[in-house]
Order: sequence, then C-alpha cells, then structure tokens
Amino acid sequence: MALVELRNVSKIYHLGGEEIRALDDVSLDIDGGEFISIIGPSGSGKSTLMHILGCLDSPTKGTIQLDGKMIHSLSGAELARARNQKIGFVFQFFNLLPKLNVLQNVELPMIYSGLNARDRRERAVNALKLVDLENRSKHRPSQLSGGQQQRVAIARALVNEPKIVFADEPTGNLDSHTGEAILTLFRKLSEQGRTIALVTHDPEIAAVTPRRIEIRDGKIAKQVDATLAGLDRLERAADVSSGIGVS
Amino acid sequence: MNLFNSITIGFKEIWAHKFRSLLTVLGIILGVASLVAMSALVKGMENGLRAALIEIGGVEKVRIEDQDIPQTQMHLADQAVGNTIKDVYALQQSAPLLKTISPEMRLRNAVITRDGKMFQSWNFVGTWANALDMNQHVVEHGRMFNDIDEENAASVCVVGTSLRDELFGSPEKAGREINPVGEVVSINGVPFTIIGMFKHYESDMDRKLRELEKDKPQEQTGPTRSRGWGSRGSGMGGFVYRMKNMTVYIPLQTMWVKFRSASGTNNTPDPRLSSLWIKVNDVDQLDQALQQSRNVLLQTHRGIEDFAFRTQEDWADQINTSITNARLSGGIIAAISLLVGGIGIMNIMLASITERVREIGIRKAIGATDSSMFIQIIVESMVIALLGGVAGLIASAALIELLVILSPTENTPMITVNAMALSFISSAVVGVLAGLLPAIKAAKLSPIQALRYD
Repeated sequence: MALVELRNVSKIYHLGGEEIRALDDVSLDIDGGEFISIIGPSGSGKSTLMHILGCLDSPTKGTIQLDGKMIHSLSGAELARARNQKIGFVFQFFNLLPKLNVLQNVELPMIYSGLNARDRRERAVNALKLVDLENRSKHRPSQLSGGQQQRVAIARALVNEPKIVFADEPTGNLDSHTGEAILTLFRKLSEQGRTIALVTHDPEIAAVTPRRIEIRDGKIAKQVDATLAGLDRLERAADVSSGIGVS
Repeated sequence: MNLFNSITIGFKEIWAHKFRSLLTVLGIILGVASLVAMSALVKGMENGLRAALIEIGGVEKVRIEDQDIPQTQMHLADQAVGNTIKDVYALQQSAPLLKTISPEMRLRNAVITRDGKMFQSWNFVGTWANALDMNQHVVEHGRMFNDIDEENAASVCVVGTSLRDELFGSPEKAGREINPVGEVVSINGVPFTIIGMFKHYESDMDRKLRELEKDKPQEQTGPTRSRGWGSRGSGMGGFVYRMKNMTVYIPLQTMWVKFRSASGTNNTPDPRLSSLWIKVNDVDQLDQALQQSRNVLLQTHRGIEDFAFRTQEDWADQINTSITNARLSGGIIAAISLLVGGIGIMNIMLASITERVREIGIRKAIGATDSSMFIQIIVESMVIALLGGVAGLIASAALIELLVILSPTENTPMITVNAMALSFISSAVVGVLAGLLPAIKAAKLSPIQALRYD
C-alpha cells in the first residue's frame, strides 16, 4: 500500500456563482521514500493539490489515504494533529516566527505535540545538526541569510519525524547558488529515506527528482518516472486505464 | 500546547509591544483602581454611619413613648396613665427578652450655671445607672452615680464634655485637659456636684477635622464670630455626637424629688416618664421582644394602648439605602471604566491578530489546532487584564492616598479584601470577554488564507 493514495479527488470553489475546479478528479499514489516533484504553472492547481495532500484543506470529492488513515473526512482538530505528526512543510518565504530564536522555531511543532522540554530541545538540536545549523540556535531568523533561514525551516519540518515533507517553491526566494544548496540538502535527505514532495513551477528544479507530476488545469497532465528500471528520461504518457493518470 | 506555554507566549507578546501593552493595561488599571477605591470610600462612609448608629445604642435599642390613645379607646382617655416607673418594674419582671430597661425623666429648659457662665442642656435627664450601657456612654473621669445615689436622691450629676467646655473652658483653648469632677454647678438653682464626666464623643470626620485644625489653625479674617452649627464636618451622624456630648445625667430619684414633684399641674406631681428605653437581647428577636413588651404594658396600662415603640430600624434602613445608592453609583462608574478598559484590550487583540495572521497560519500549518489558537489569544488577553488587575490593586492604594489628601476630613476609606477580590476577578472576566471575539477570529482563520496573507 502506498504512503499516500489519492482517489478521484476534486476541489471545487464557487466564486460569484461561477464554479472553479481547482482539482478535477485527480488520482495519485506516492510511496514511502519517494522524492517527487509536482510541477505546473501558477493557477494550475498544484498548490491546491499540495494543500489537500498536506491536510491543510479538505477535498470537495474523492478520498485520500495517508499512512493507512482516511484523512478526507477528518475534523479540524484531527487534521491539525495529522499535520503535526505526519507532515512537514517548507515554504517559499521560510515562514519562521521572527520573535522566536532558531531553536525555539524548530521546537514549535513539538510544543503542539505535547513533548516535554528536554526531549524538545534534544530533538531540535539533532534536527539542526542535520542542516548544519546547530551553532546558530540562539540567533533570530532575521540574523540569518535566506539559505540559512530555509535550512531552519527544513529542520522544523523534519523535527517531528513526518511521513512526508512538502516543500512549496523552497528555492523561489533564494539566489540560484543557495537554491542549489537547498536542493542538494533535499536530495541528501531523500537518500536517507525520507519522503519528499517538491512543489514548483520551474522544470529545472523539478529535474532533480526522479519522479515528476505535471498539473495543468486541475488535472495530472503528465507523469515522468525515472526510477522505472532502465527507462531513464522516458516520458511515459498518462495511461487512463491504469487508474493513475488522467485522460 | 499546555497552559504554561500559552502564558509564556502571552508575556512575550506583551513584552514585544511594551508601550502599546502599557496603554492597554492602563485602561484596566484605572478600572480596577477606581472599583477598589470606590468601594473603600463607600466602606468608609458606611463605617462612619454605622459608628453613629452604634453610638446611639444600636438597632437593639427601642424607645417606648407616649402615643395618642386610639379612636376606639377614646372614651377611656381619663383612665390612661402613661408610662410610669411601674411599667419598668413590670417589664423587668415579665419580659425576659429584654436585656436592659432604662426609665428617663427629662427636664426641658434646664439651665446650668457656674461663676456667671451658663450652659443650656438639651439633654438633661434623670435616669438609672444602666443608662450608661443603654446609650453607650463611657465615663472618662470620676464615676457614674450608683444605686445608693439613686436611693438617696443625691444631688450629683455626670456630664458630657459640652458642659465642661462651656462652664470650665475647653481643652482645645486651654491647651490641657480640664477635669471638672468634684466641682459644684447650679442646675435651675439647685447645687449639684459633678461626680463624673463622659469622654468626648466625636465621629471619625470630626476627629480628623480637629487634628487638622490643631496642626494648621484656620485663619479667621474679619471680626471674631461664631460660624454657626451647620457645616463643620458633621456628616450624617454628626448631631448624634453633639447630642451625646450635651448629656447631663442625674439619678432618676433626684429628678423626681428635686424637679418633677414641684412642677406638676394643680399641685399634683406628674409621675410619667418622658420615655422608657429598652434594649433587646437579640436583634433577630426584635419582633418577639416588642410583642412581649406590648403584652406587659397592656396589662399595666389597663388595656389602653397609649404607648408606642420607636426603633432605630428606620435609621438602619436609611443607612443601608444610602450605602446601596453610593455603592451602585460608584460601582456603575467603575464598571464603565473597566468596560472601557476591556474594549481597549479587545481593540488591541484584534489589531494584534491582524498583525499576526501569518504567524497564526504558520502555527496552524505545523499542527496548532483551532482550540489551541483560541486558548493562546484568550490567555494573552487575560495576561494583559490580570497584569492590569494586579497593578490596579496597587494603584488603588495610591488613589486612596490621593483622595485622603484631597479631602482629609472625610471618613477614612477602608480597602476590603472582598473589594480587592471582586475587582481582580472582574478584571479576569473582562480579559476573557475582551479576548473572546479576537480568539474566535484567530481560531477560525484558515491556514491557507493566513499563509497567503501579506
């Protein structure tokens, strides 16, 4: 069974009487340990997909299973718990709390999961070691460079040992050199067995991941899976009958 | 997310916006301080009024006085005897609910003279020694007359300080205590020896006024003059003290022998008492005690109801009414200022969450539930309110100091624990109420919208 199973998921907004299908009957599987990217131009529905996968939003139709649990029908508090325990987020604008120092920012998810202070600190320090920032733990986010801030955000996303990490344009606010370093960090984390989903509009960034899912107009337009044995760089057209793709 | 974390976050938020928080807290400080100060003032006023009530004997003291005979008994008018000493004995025998019974015979227009000085007592009374207890008198110099004086109809008197002030000079003017015990004065031409003097009775306000004048004698401009009765720090109960200081007591028997027996009409001395005071054992049993007394008196009065009871209940009620009124008006003002403080908190909390939409979004994205956001905002609002509450309690002490300086002769304000607890709890309630709307807003915020917000 896949880590994430999306089945016929639609998300429909109503704007001034007009029906907008942000996601239209999407089905998708993500296995544990996969490194994937979700690409698409702005307005394609990739952010909506990420929000639904990340338990920030509920679908209008369809079912989602995350780590063996149906999450499309969960209450707000249960969704919050799922976000806390199973999902890590990395955002384009880092989204660190400016009033807290680096260590406190990394500790924040564990505060909501009710860990005691000593465990929080220990795990936060370990997570910071993972991103090579343990010596900056007392700094404020504003005292760090963009790349460092993003690494703190990554440490925060990893600290609760989530099943899957979503990175929404993680390099969008960084110069190309720093962005490269962040992508390298993601690749390293992936090699350690973590499940990571990059959400981006940039095919170049998406190129670092073996599997790429392209979204257009709320539908999966194209899937590329370089991990299929010997089929490197093969572009596989979506197959309707397989139940994975979309017409 | 435990409560301690919420409180820490609350303090950090407040600390991060020191000036803004200070202004917000100020609203609560003023509200709490005015609530405490108001209740302290009312308590002081209440104490003053109650002291006056106790000074005249308290609610358990009841006067039995003459009353016109009811219409239905008009034909028996010539049989009516009025209140006499017989009633006193009868009550002593048959009304166990009464603690003390004091007969009183008054003489109006008693003129007391000595060395060409004259004092006119409004309260020249022949009574028993137990009048001391009945009317809450304290003998400071000498002694009260006793049963032997009563038996012998001795020409002795126990006087209040007004007589001393008029006939011997007041200690304020003389600069030393003057003790008239042992001196002889003439009452309506009859020589009496002063055997005792009561202490000087004064209200809290009068005492303070006197001390204030001792420190800073008031400059009198123009010709010397008496400034009249009215104003001088008398307050509501002021006349009680003035009356008490004018008291001149002589034994009942002496009154009867020396004055009453000579003043009757048609050479028949008038045996009626001017009034008869009773004190009940237990105020809760006032009704029963009065009924018992009435039964006894109907016996001695041959069924003619030519007497009536006058209690201090009216006065006690009046005190309660004025206290309630003062409390209500002060309470409303303080409540309004607390409300305004609460609105200030709500305003700031709304501004604060608008400012922190992104933070709320981040917190929700990493696992904060709606309820933990709700609690966080409520706690922040309560921290502000409780800080204001604590500071307000401290400020109230200063506010009362200020009020005392502004008006030193008023009753001493008294801060009560109840008022402090009430004010503090009110500030907490205001904190919760003011935080409610912002907290609901924060809890309802969608994390997606919040993260997009700039």
